[in-house]
Amino acid sequence: MDVTEVLLPGVGLRYEFTNHRGERVGVVARRTGDFELVVYGSEDPDEGRPLIELNNEEADAVAEILGAPRIAERFADLTKEVPGLASGQVEVRAGSAFDGRPLGDTRARTRTGASIVAVVRGDEVIASPTPQELLLGGDVLVVIGTHEGIGGVEQIIRG
Amino acid sequence: MRTPVALLLELGVILAALSMLGTLARRYTLSPIPLYLLTGLAVGEGGIAPVPAAGAFVETGAAIGVILLLLVLGLEFSLPEFAAGMRRHVPSALVDLLLNAAPGAVAGWLLGMDGIGILALAGATYISSSGIVARLLSDLHRLGNRETPSVLSVLVLEDCAMALYLPVLAVLASGGAWWQAALGVLAAAGAVLVAFTLSYRWGHHLGRLVAHPDAEQLLLRVLGLTLIVAALAELVHASAAVGAFLVGLTLTGETATRTRALFSPLRDLFAAVFFLAIGLSVDPGDLVAVLPAALALAAVTLVTKVVTGWYAASRDGVGRRGRRRAGTALVARGEFSLVIVGLVGTMHDTLGPLVTAYVFVLAIAGPLLTRLVGGPPRPSRQVADPRNGLPQG
Repeated sequence: MDVTEVLLPGVGLRYEFTNHRGERVGVVARRTGDFELVVYGSEDPDEGRPLIELNNEEADAVAEILGAPRIAERFADLTKEVPGLASGQVEVRAGSAFDGRPLGDTRARTRTGASIVAVVRGDEVIASPTPQELLLGGDVLVVIGTHEGIGGVEQIIRG
Repeated sequence: MRTPVALLLELGVILAALSMLGTLARRYTLSPIPLYLLTGLAVGEGGIAPVPAAGAFVETGAAIGVILLLLVLGLEFSLPEFAAGMRRHVPSALVDLLLNAAPGAVAGWLLGMDGIGILALAGATYISSSGIVARLLSDLHRLGNRETPSVLSVLVLEDCAMALYLPVLAVLASGGAWWQAALGVLAAAGAVLVAFTLSYRWGHHLGRLVAHPDAEQLLLRVLGLTLIVAALAELVHASAAVGAFLVGLTLTGETATRTRALFSPLRDLFAAVFFLAIGLSVDPGDLVAVLPAALALAAVTLVTKVVTGWYAASRDGVGRRGRRRAGTALVARGEFSLVIVGLVGTMHDTLGPLVTAYVFVLAIAGPLLTRLVGGPPRPSRQVADPRNGLPQG
């Protein structure tokens, strides 16, 4: 899915994407932390029809509903669709080789072909972490790849 | 300490009246600025309800109002947004400047004003009211529209042009020989550039100097700093408003965000006092005399602003309806046209009343026109429809 980002000087940002029903959806993220959801009509493609407005707190709640619990579910769906692809979870033990080191240092993808797509830290999920992301003891890495690849990542992380 | 009963009472009544008028204006998504001006006219000399005791306060409050307007304008400025505006909308900014400053300049020349008067009037017709327009876009639920980035980019570039224009005007208005004025202009432009660089390179350090987790401390520090810089700027004839703008520019990031939130209500209060003071300073008799000129100027610059917005939106590939909305949204003139008058108005008899009447007309006509063109604001889509609640597929 393509999400375009447009700067609204003095106001914030607007994100735009087309959903599965072909509707063009816009999300206005204001500097104040408020959000506005709009749908673009067919008679005037430039005019956003307001759907809902969310304040800071409400937006957080909605993000949580849509975001966190669905991550595992989504990976499960993804691995079902592609034969040979699996997802696994690898724990970074406290005091182990990568505790406190950036994700990039593991060189996991280069060495095994498997990707670390999320880091679960307590209640928090860091989706698509960058190589600069510091790993901490107790983190659980969500890995997607072949069974061998996931096993390889497990070995690397254990050291 | 003696409590000034008359002052408190007059001020209280004025603020209560302003609040009622403001509510009335907001109900019709109009700007309250014209009504504040009217209130000023009503309580001024030759008006219906003079307020002798509150006069001194209103005068001081107006000076602080201008400073806060410019401080918050500076705080809103962000370099990435300016750069994005520059990338796409330099031609729009040029069209804007040519089409909208020229009518003011020609009108000033026809009315027999001197160079400074012509320059001031050109500025007053050029600058749209970013306050009115931003509020209007939000009230009419247009922030998600595709023409909105073009409108906001034009506003950002105008505000930036103001940063260079105001010090130049202030220096020229303070008089002196041509070389003094030239030096002053150079110094003013230099100060603005230095402030830009400072905010770009070391903004976070400067922010740390005034930043404080306690809101009261932050308020006192920024207000103190702003008033000192404003006073110093006024002392060297560069206008207090410009000094305040520079302070706003140099504060960036988190500090700017917090300061903006903290100062917005304060700015609204003192800006209202400023609009009141502008109304107060104008004699209703003079206003009637310049009304035809103001109406003609408003009619011409209404059209030129619509053309500007139309052009800017078309550069972003927006359709006809969107272009019309963009053009009409930009029509409103307001606070900065009045700030310009505040800067030089006392030296020109016709300029003050003319621009007051002009802003009065366009601050009402702009919002009305753009509402009309955009059609009635649509109600939110029904959310209680059970068919929408069922999961698809």
